[in-house]
Amino acid sequence: MKRTAVSLQLRLVFQLLAIAALLAVVLYLTVRTVADQAAEATQDGVLGAATLAISERLQGGDDGVSVDLPYEAFSILGSISADRVFYRIDAGAATLTGYDDLPLPEVADIALRPVFYTRDYRGAEVRIAAVSRTVLVARRPVAVTVLVAQTRQGKEAIAQGVAQRAAALGLGFFALAALLSLLAAKSSLRPINRLAEAVERRGPQDLRFVDHPTPVELRPLISALNGFIARLRAGLSRTETFIAEAAHHIRTPLAVVRARAEIAMRQSPSEEAREEIRALIRAVEESSRTAGQLLAHATVVNRSDQLIEEPVDLTRLMRDLVATFQPTAELRDIALRLDLPEGEVTVRGDRPLLEAALRNLLDNAVKYSPEETLIEFQLTCADGHAEVIVADRGRGLSGQGQAQLAKRFVRGTNAGDVIGSGLGLTIVDEVATAHGGTFTLADREGGGTCARLSLPLS
Amino acid sequence: MRAAFPAPVLTLAVMALFLWCAAAAAFEVEEERLFPAPDGGGREVSILSTTDTSVLGPVVEAYQRRHPGIAVRYTVASSQEVFAAIADEGRSFDLVISSAMDLQMKLANDGLARAHRSARTDAVPPWARWQDNLYAFAQENVVLLISRKALGPLPLPQTRRDLIELLRENTALFRGRVGTYDPALSGAGYLFATQDSRQSDSFWRLAEVMGSLAPRFYTATNEMIDDIKTGKLVLAYNILGSYAGPRLAGDPDVAIVELQDYTLTLLRTAIIPATSKAPDLGGEFLDFLLGPEGKAAIRDEAGLPLIDAAALAAHPYLRPMRLDPGLLVFLDRLKRRDFLDEWNSALMRN
Repeated sequence: MKRTAVSLQLRLVFQLLAIAALLAVVLYLTVRTVADQAAEATQDGVLGAATLAISERLQGGDDGVSVDLPYEAFSILGSISADRVFYRIDAGAATLTGYDDLPLPEVADIALRPVFYTRDYRGAEVRIAAVSRTVLVARRPVAVTVLVAQTRQGKEAIAQGVAQRAAALGLGFFALAALLSLLAAKSSLRPINRLAEAVERRGPQDLRFVDHPTPVELRPLISALNGFIARLRAGLSRTETFIAEAAHHIRTPLAVVRARAEIAMRQSPSEEAREEIRALIRAVEESSRTAGQLLAHATVVNRSDQLIEEPVDLTRLMRDLVATFQPTAELRDIALRLDLPEGEVTVRGDRPLLEAALRNLLDNAVKYSPEETLIEFQLTCADGHAEVIVADRGRGLSGQGQAQLAKRFVRGTNAGDVIGSGLGLTIVDEVATAHGGTFTLADREGGGTCARLSLPLS
Repeated sequence: MRAAFPAPVLTLAVMALFLWCAAAAAFEVEEERLFPAPDGGGREVSILSTTDTSVLGPVVEAYQRRHPGIAVRYTVASSQEVFAAIADEGRSFDLVISSAMDLQMKLANDGLARAHRSARTDAVPPWARWQDNLYAFAQENVVLLISRKALGPLPLPQTRRDLIELLRENTALFRGRVGTYDPALSGAGYLFATQDSRQSDSFWRLAEVMGSLAPRFYTATNEMIDDIKTGKLVLAYNILGSYAGPRLAGDPDVAIVELQDYTLTLLRTAIIPATSKAPDLGGEFLDFLLGPEGKAAIRDEAGLPLIDAAALAAHPYLRPMRLDPGLLVFLDRLKRRDFLDEWNSALMRN
């Protein structure tokens, strides 16, 4: 199982959300704790005040301890919350008045300030304040303990209210953080997305260096990418150079072989030997052609990387080409009809490349046309495009697609004995692409092929 | 675990013994009446109340018109006996109605009341309730009754200061003809006297003046009203206006005075005791008291004033006794002893 990498944005959002959730929980707990403590402190304050108020009403005397319970102290206990109130006053070991089962404090020294503690009493949790005073009874000191207790429903209600608000606050905080984290993730990933789009938009042949404004964090990636592009360029260039060199080095010896073979054929008395030598010459011719086309293709690829654009007059180019091919065509009784509009038709482009493309088209037409036929070589202008049409009565495409034929080293299944490298149409296609034009190849009505090379006018 | 007497059994035995003892030392019932279910239904709600059957009986009947399947057992006792029945004897009732706010408060505070909430109880204003236990359904002013006939041309007192002056200057008229509650025996009287003592110092001066006039002490409002109608009393202090009003209606001889320095307002309250065997019925009756039909019956048939914040606002001299733990203070053993000592020294001088 291959681990698929999670989207950066998702990962970023999840991490930010996790942090936000954690912070929201911490916020909730903090608010709750603080509110709990505040509520308890409030209750303790009132309880302590009530306890002290009662202890101040303690009086000694000859008959024993008396206490005048202050009405307001109890009334005020009820004013904060409707909680149940209990009290107990002990003199010495005996309970003087109040609820004699109210739990006493565990600590002994409660003389100065009230102590507070929480116990279960009569089925409810109560908060108890206790304070101790010494009273003289018959001139002897008696320790009196005053306890005031209150149930904690009011405090719980306050804490619950605060908890609900804290929960709402936490949720709101989380929602806000979620929204902000989404925005933050989007904004911080924008440069990456922009870079990805810029690289994606490039054509297959575009090997320019990436020169896009990027954040510092992405610079290593850019320089790595550019290094990679540089290596790719160098590699391609080396390959093309190598092919061109190889083709050149093969062509020269092949020319020598051919010259020698022709001499040998002429001098040979035997018809059988001459036939063999003729076959040899044809094979040599085919190899030589292939080498030539390889050289041309390498040139095209090389040049289309750094296209030299100049105005090229297509009418002149086509006239020159027809002049070049005229002798070969006449040898086989093939008529070449040139059909040009008046005046110059200029496109911007690389003259050698355009010439190579048109040469290939014409060469194909002548090669595959039977004797005594007509090849139409036509130039038209329409919609800002110049279109060169080469129509013959040759063997047609035999059902193979143009895409197939434009591949390197692929020849038509009906090419038969005609010499060819399978590179010609590839070159035409690449030249068309490099100039922003199109190349189409179609069967012609009544037999033959119609090739169209369309180029934007300058 | 196989013990000869498992703890629960022992506990039950002790409890049974305790209950038997409690039943033996029964609280004193003044009146008990069963209102049978109009359509012969099987359930019964038992109400323990300080309010006479003659007053609240019509309200019970109104309740039965709404709930004809329920029988009502209505038991009347004094406020202290009512408290003792629940707090000391643990008797089972489904609703306890009492005018002794302090004792009701103590029942609720000590956890002897059962919480009850409904849409009806939620509508009770906060000052007329305590927690979810104690709900007031009537507010009654504590008034002064004076015989106009006996007073003759003397002006009616408007404040306690007026009253003290009146008593001091006409000792011959008032001697032996001033009546009030005996706080040692009457729960309501104790509540009124203690609340009076909180309100102002003039109360103790009034007590001393009354003490010098050989006052009569009562345990029930009705007896005081009877005696003032017959002329045995000239003045009755701290009477529940809600009782006096209907009985003295159309009697021009007796004036009902709400003193302008302050007039205490009592809240008649109800709780559902924790000992209730049918708390749902107790709650239902309580909801009825607080609902529109119950209110109408209380106002029109029982003649008790309803809980009404507007009435308090319109009469600023009215001082409703607050339902808060302060009410517990005078129930304290020492505080009660000290208060009654002081009362006796002020009023029982001769």
